[in-house]
Amino acid sequence: MARNLSMKDAINEALDQEMARDPTVIVMGEDIVGGSGSPGEDDAWGGVLGVTKGLYAKHGDRLIDTPLSESAYIGAAIGASTCGLRPVAELMFLDFMGVCFDQIFNQAAKFRYMFGGKAETPVTIRAMVGAGFRAAAQHSQMLTPIVTHIPGLKVVCPSNAYDAKGLLIQSIRDNDPVIFCEHKNLYAHESDVPEESYTVPFGEANIVREGADATIVAYGLMVHRASEAAEALAKEGIQCEIVDLRTLSPIDIDSVVESVENTGRLICVDEANPRCSIAADVTATLSQEAFGSLKAAPQLVTAPHTPVPFSPALEDLYIPSAEHIVDAVRKTMAP
Amino acid sequence: MNDNVFPLGNEDLLEAYRTMKTIREFEERLHVDFGRGEIPGFVHLYAGEEAAATGIMMHLNDQDRIASTHRGHGHCIAKGVDINAMMAEIYGKVTGACRGKGGSMHIADLSKGMMGANGILGAGSPLACGAALAAKTLGHGGIGMSFTGDGASNQGTFLESLNLAAIWNLPMVFVVENNGYAESTSVDYATAVDSYADRAAGFGVPGVIVDGTDFFAVYEAAGEIIRRAREGGGPSLMECKMVRFFGHFEGDAQTYRGAGENEHNRANRDCLKLFRARVTEADVIDGGDLDAIDSEVLAAIEQAVEQAVAAPLPGAADLTTDVYVRY
Ligand SMILES: Cc1ncc(C[n+]2csc(CCOP(=O)(O)OP(=O)(O)O)c2C)c(N)n1
Ligand SMILES: [Mg+2]
Repeated sequence: MARNLSMKDAINEALDQEMARDPTVIVMGEDIVGGSGSPGEDDAWGGVLGVTKGLYAKHGDRLIDTPLSESAYIGAAIGASTCGLRPVAELMFLDFMGVCFDQIFNQAAKFRYMFGGKAETPVTIRAMVGAGFRAAAQHSQMLTPIVTHIPGLKVVCPSNAYDAKGLLIQSIRDNDPVIFCEHKNLYAHESDVPEESYTVPFGEANIVREGADATIVAYGLMVHRASEAAEALAKEGIQCEIVDLRTLSPIDIDSVVESVENTGRLICVDEANPRCSIAADVTATLSQEAFGSLKAAPQLVTAPHTPVPFSPALEDLYIPSAEHIVDAVRKTMAP
Repeated sequence: MNDNVFPLGNEDLLEAYRTMKTIREFEERLHVDFGRGEIPGFVHLYAGEEAAATGIMMHLNDQDRIASTHRGHGHCIAKGVDINAMMAEIYGKVTGACRGKGGSMHIADLSKGMMGANGILGAGSPLACGAALAAKTLGHGGIGMSFTGDGASNQGTFLESLNLAAIWNLPMVFVVENNGYAESTSVDYATAVDSYADRAAGFGVPGVIVDGTDFFAVYEAAGEIIRRAREGGGPSLMECKMVRFFGHFEGDAQTYRGAGENEHNRANRDCLKLFRARVTEADVIDGGDLDAIDSEVLAAIEQAVEQAVAAPLPGAADLTTDVYVRY
């Protein structure tokens, strides 16, 4: 039975169901329970935005509050994953990976290959990404390109509650390290989510809208901006197809190629900074694989090459908008 | 009036009170304005902790550099950052201390030796060690100082910095602001040792613990370790035990606190009330002089808010400036 669920609740449900199913799943992070050692309520926070709220009552000590020591606890989650546990470690904001990146990219990402295929590292690192929260330069970045660059890491960034649940369950069951990116401005976004457990496979993009004139590739919050743009353009008779990548590593380039073979036009939307972005990556690969299908130069719609500004007046200009996307689509349609 | 029994002259006592009161009213006002939805983003208030920033910073000059935390308003004010520029920054205006690009968590004023509030826990200590290294190398007599919460003191960067400062004998002071909580998590849960001074000892760094709600205790302890740092005696750690009056950030329901905890703190551990009682009961400062400061401070905060509200927002052209020397 499907109900309308927010992405926040869908993530909570995925964790709950996997913890119930598999006793080796543990969840750790800063204040993911909250109130540890404090005089007041147990489970006082359930994470900084309440995503893990209520899980402590059901699963007790398998939820572990950590000290403010990301290198130590993210590293411990990674180590434990090589020794029989399936930890889900929350990094709160992906921006904080600066503190513990060695454990992620020199350790977790490398084990399988460097040890000649003998190691499994089934760890999931959940973290918030993205701008729009007025949280300024160190709590708002879309650092997906940095983790996607590293062979050995899998990178997930859902755009809705249904995908979030299925992709998180897949992440927990997956035997490789997964960086699970949750857009903080999508937590309240609701969609139909089945009650039962299910997985969404990695490396399969979702065609969220069909259209014959132009292909818009996006992930996370940008899928919604792309939909707004497509709505507006449809009124003018321009039909856009939207490809939601869902996972950035592995990436489903085949679906993009197939779509562009139909439409002949490519617009890549990415909330990340432009240099070495997912948008740049998809554009390059597509140009190589389907150059002959292109009727116009591919367009990239990204944040500017700046840190995320604090002032709402600037942050709203920073985040790619539906208007930016409309303009980019129009550029590909110009004679 | 009696003879002044305090280690500061009357003018300095009044100045200390003014600084603490300015921090308090700045934060009380933000609390109200945030509640009204006028302030965007994450806001962490320093109310309750004023005696620490003030008692320490009275020993510093603009050559001395401090690296602050996410809870940085008090450090800024005590270090002499202009409250109008701070308020405008928090409101996201182009007249702000960082032209609206930083916000509450990133206020900086390098001309005042304020190296920046910080959104990354533990990030300040290495930077302040760098300031201390620069001071030592350039020989200008300044020191470096980092502020770190009880929670953030469990970051590797903080612990590595203690060792670095010790082996290089840097003119450095590590202030640990122990308000008992990191977000909702108690210091008793998150930190294995009973005191951060004990931890410092493990790094060969002298440590001292003070009641951070007692301005005079802070002032005296800070004076000694800052002098030692200046005179080439190397780094020290100072743990201030204090209370935060508000939640971790604005919007925190604080259910992790004990019953009546906030009321108890406001009634018994208010550094401003304690200060007022000390200086008036000793008959050194007249209560009326403090009352006059209270009104002046309130007027100054009101003016800062009015200016911030009226100030222009940054525009599109500001988005791409200041990424590099030239963009
Ligand atoms: C590297 C990093 N990890 C986590 C956070 C999220 N965070 C911000 S403040 C805070 C609690 C800090 O507690 P403490 O150091 O005691 O300072 P206090 O807030 O009590 O002043 C946390 C976990 C962060 N900003 N940076
Ligand atoms: Mg604290």
